Amino acid sequence: MPLLLFTSLVFAGSIAAGLLGALTGLGGGVVLVPLLTLIFHVDIRYAIGASLISVIATSSGAAAAYVREGFSSVRIGMFLEVATTIGAVFGAFLATRVPTRALAIVFGLVLLYSAWLSWQQSRRAEPTPHPANPWSDRLRMSGTYPDGHGGLCHYSVDRIPAGFATMFGAGTLSGLLGIGSGAVKVLAMDRIMRIPFKVSTTTSNFMIGVTAAASAGIYLHRGYIDPALAFPVMLGVLAGSLLGARYLVRARVSLLRSIFTLVILALGVEMIINGIRGV
Amino acid sequence: MGRLLQSGVLLASATVLLGGILYLKANASHPVNLRTFISEPADLRSATQLLRLLSHGNPAAIVQLGILFLIATPVARVIFAVIAFAIERDRLYVVVSLIVLAVLTLGLLH
Repeated sequence: MPLLLFTSLVFAGSIAAGLLGALTGLGGGVVLVPLLTLIFHVDIRYAIGASLISVIATSSGAAAAYVREGFSSVRIGMFLEVATTIGAVFGAFLATRVPTRALAIVFGLVLLYSAWLSWQQSRRAEPTPHPANPWSDRLRMSGTYPDGHGGLCHYSVDRIPAGFATMFGAGTLSGLLGIGSGAVKVLAMDRIMRIPFKVSTTTSNFMIGVTAAASAGIYLHRGYIDPALAFPVMLGVLAGSLLGARYLVRARVSLLRSIFTLVILALGVEMIINGIRGV
Repeated sequence: MGRLLQSGVLLASATVLLGGILYLKANASHPVNLRTFISEPADLRSATQLLRLLSHGNPAAIVQLGILFLIATPVARVIFAVIAFAIERDRLYVVVSLIVLAVLTLGLLH
């Protein structure tokens, strides 16, 4: 394929991936890597490298808005970034040693998990009340967020060691697969540490960029980041996610979400089959 | 802090866009083959070599520079957090932020 055509097609695909990522809250990388490997036949290592770059761009772009609204917690974010960055460095080292077939299979499994999570999102339960954990105040992680009626909601965090360990896993996945793994980060904060949903999603978005930056250096040194691919991918995903954040959040999305869930499911199955057959 | 992130992403995007357009102009009709992985040339992987290419106006090097700007943005955010916590005299979180910064540096220099 000539470069100009390739760049245009990848750019268009990246915009779509960014839109879908913003719409579902799963991030662009989850769609982007299968798109590049299955349709454009790009080696998975180049795909992961380009995806990781787009993850940094969208996270930093979106996080800027949330900081001002007062939802994200800088202290919770920074504390858990210790776990995610160490995980990310570990994951990036793994990525350079693991055979690409195994990468494809792990990626497929993450896609299946994301599909399941996306399908479940409609039936989310409110966090159950829990006794205050003294470590929440000791580590200064308790806080408040605007409740939308001009008042402030108070919250505290729970089960910190388990949340920290899960965050290490989220960082490893991010470094291994070049995705933001926002889904795992929200799982750790939302389900395990019992942080209110609004705070956990925005804080997770904030952390994704720092986590991805930890493994980006290793990818760059290993030559995983190709300028011809990173250029359309980074700008496309960024444009798509900004558009998605601005217009699609208010749109009725339940039908789109169901379609997207099926697409992810199909992509996951195909990546696993390709990985097993060694294509 | 929000402003810092935004300007970092903006600067990086502008640089990547400039480099990308120049790259397209120079190689528009060349075929692309990313089917098989060959590690990128060493010049594009180290900062000092990159500077040398940049002085020749190499388009691929401009794209890589934009990517370096992008990676630097979250790193700058952590540095600013260290300063902000130090002003608040929050010693615990100065240490926490410094640990994050150390891990980031390890990843970048390796």
